Amino acid sequence: MEKRTNHMEYMPDMEQIDSDIKDRVIEAMNAYEPDKYTENDVLQALEHDTKTIEDFKALLSPAALPFLEEIAQQAKAETRKHFGNSINMFTPLYISNYCENYCIYCGFNCHNKIHRAKLNYEEIEKEMQAIAKTGLQEVLLLTGESKKMSDVEYIGEACKIARKYFKVVGLEVYPMNSDEYSYIQKCGADYVTVFQETYNSDKYETLHLAGHKRVFPYRLETQERALMGGMRGVGFAALLGLSDFRKDAFATGIHAYLIQRKYPHAEIAFSCPRLRPIINNDKINPKDVHEPQLLQVICAYRLFMPFASITISTRECQRFRDNIVQIAATKISAGVDVGIGGHSDGEKKGDEQFEISDGRNVKEVYDALCKNGMQPVMSDYIYV
Amino acid sequence: MENDKLIIGGHEFSSRFILGSGKYSLDLIKAAVENAGAEIITLALRRAATGNVANILDYIPENVTLLPNTSGARNADEAVRIARLAREVGCGDFIKIEVIKDSKYLLPDNYETIKATEILAKEGFVVMPYMYPDLNVARSLRDAGAASIMPLGAPIGSNKGICTKEFIKILIDEIDLPIIVDAGIGRPSQACEAMEMGAAAVMANTAIATAGDIPQMAEAFKKAIEAGRQAYLSGLGRVIEKGASASSPLTGFLEN
Repeated sequence: MEKRTNHMEYMPDMEQIDSDIKDRVIEAMNAYEPDKYTENDVLQALEHDTKTIEDFKALLSPAALPFLEEIAQQAKAETRKHFGNSINMFTPLYISNYCENYCIYCGFNCHNKIHRAKLNYEEIEKEMQAIAKTGLQEVLLLTGESKKMSDVEYIGEACKIARKYFKVVGLEVYPMNSDEYSYIQKCGADYVTVFQETYNSDKYETLHLAGHKRVFPYRLETQERALMGGMRGVGFAALLGLSDFRKDAFATGIHAYLIQRKYPHAEIAFSCPRLRPIINNDKINPKDVHEPQLLQVICAYRLFMPFASITISTRECQRFRDNIVQIAATKISAGVDVGIGGHSDGEKKGDEQFEISDGRNVKEVYDALCKNGMQPVMSDYIYV
Repeated sequence: MENDKLIIGGHEFSSRFILGSGKYSLDLIKAAVENAGAEIITLALRRAATGNVANILDYIPENVTLLPNTSGARNADEAVRIARLAREVGCGDFIKIEVIKDSKYLLPDNYETIKATEILAKEGFVVMPYMYPDLNVARSLRDAGAASIMPLGAPIGSNKGICTKEFIKILIDEIDLPIIVDAGIGRPSQACEAMEMGAAAVMANTAIATAGDIPQMAEAFKKAIEAGRQAYLSGLGRVIEKGASASSPLTGFLEN
């Protein structure tokens, strides 16, 4: 294999912004010692109306696990205060699975022998028509990370098509420069989510062996560049289980916290993915972060940032998802297909990124929400 | 009480309870409106879809006045555009201006709110601006053509009650427009308190949306608001206003 490049060095086409947020996140994460926190710290955290950064650390620590019920109760109360019974619904649409990155845990990685495909504009429109028929009004566009195969213009066109059928268009594609985000925003998407995967740069280096994604600092500054480009909101996530999930969850929260302080208008969202099995790699053990730990992380996000949107992925099973939307999550996907071209009648063109656990269609998820006393919301934003 | 009407922009209402429609099941809106006796219900345009699975407009009884809001707007320009869109899709001329560019506390931007009020009032809207209670801003809003002023009691969704009580009182004393307490009211007793102070009406959403029994809580609010209004009209006794005391402890000697 070729020699691995320095993962801390920006590539020539990558914008470097003047910001200290990245360093502050890493510094805060390095200083966090989850095992240092005691039962008393957790009880103190639970006492506080507004959770401090120290409280957030305590709530993420192993000492908090025995208090999961109390934590969940508080999280539920906060969620209801800020969101009432509303739960937003959306679906992801994968338009291309070409990828230039070599991330050893991901089904799309460039060395994984899977069926590659990219939808043309006509196919994108067909997929969107099929999704819109289900009643959804929010779509999340995804690609594998290949700027060659799915360039900014291609993604921009996809956004324009999406705006014909949906009120809200989000993006989960490769990180871009701020001027590219500005272009994409004008095309109709205004919410950008990028998973940092892990905030531990040493670990990051061992997992992302090649491609643009290998550059750790460029990825960490994505949310800020997106906001500089005029995006309305940004999403954050660590892929829990890649490294110490408590420290990664803490870094994710602090990252969002610092961004929100610097850009008070920015809408903030968390995703909470755990590792899932992928095609051609059965060594990944999704059990490293068990359900109680996942619940703990989600509730800690909620209590630390009560106003943030929290998305629950189809990586989790129906039971977990139906319950977590009653506690802390505020956004749920439905009718999910993580392959290429699976929504309309045509044959699927490309393979899936990972295995999903909750394959329910839009109506089934909608009905389950109603049955549990929640109010499904198809759109919560208006472009003007 | 019978002839006690709430007048907003020339429109007359008997009920002083403005009900929010967000954050709870659409099936409950009708029951909530009925139990609340509400004649005005707010509507977030960003939620009201055309066609599709659940169109909020279909659930709102016809005799109720819609008060669309501009939530989602981050500046005056966006608020103006949302208001115009609301009118276009048939929501009428009432508009509650919400301009929020803080995603954490959802506190309104008073400056942008004044700008939006001025533009929309000129276009014939009945403008009801949501604001942070500041006397100078309230005067500017009045001068810009607002039909009422909607100061916040506490941050949206906080259910903390009327934290800004003293400042709202100043608005009630100084501004000759209906002062409608909006946001932060968590329980009927707090709604009652606002009305006792002389607020013209109360707007509540989260407190009702998150209640165990939504229609019943709507009714509880209705009663509390009526009780508070009645108390205000009756004139509160000095015991409540000033605290209990002998009738003339210091100057009584003059009578002897």
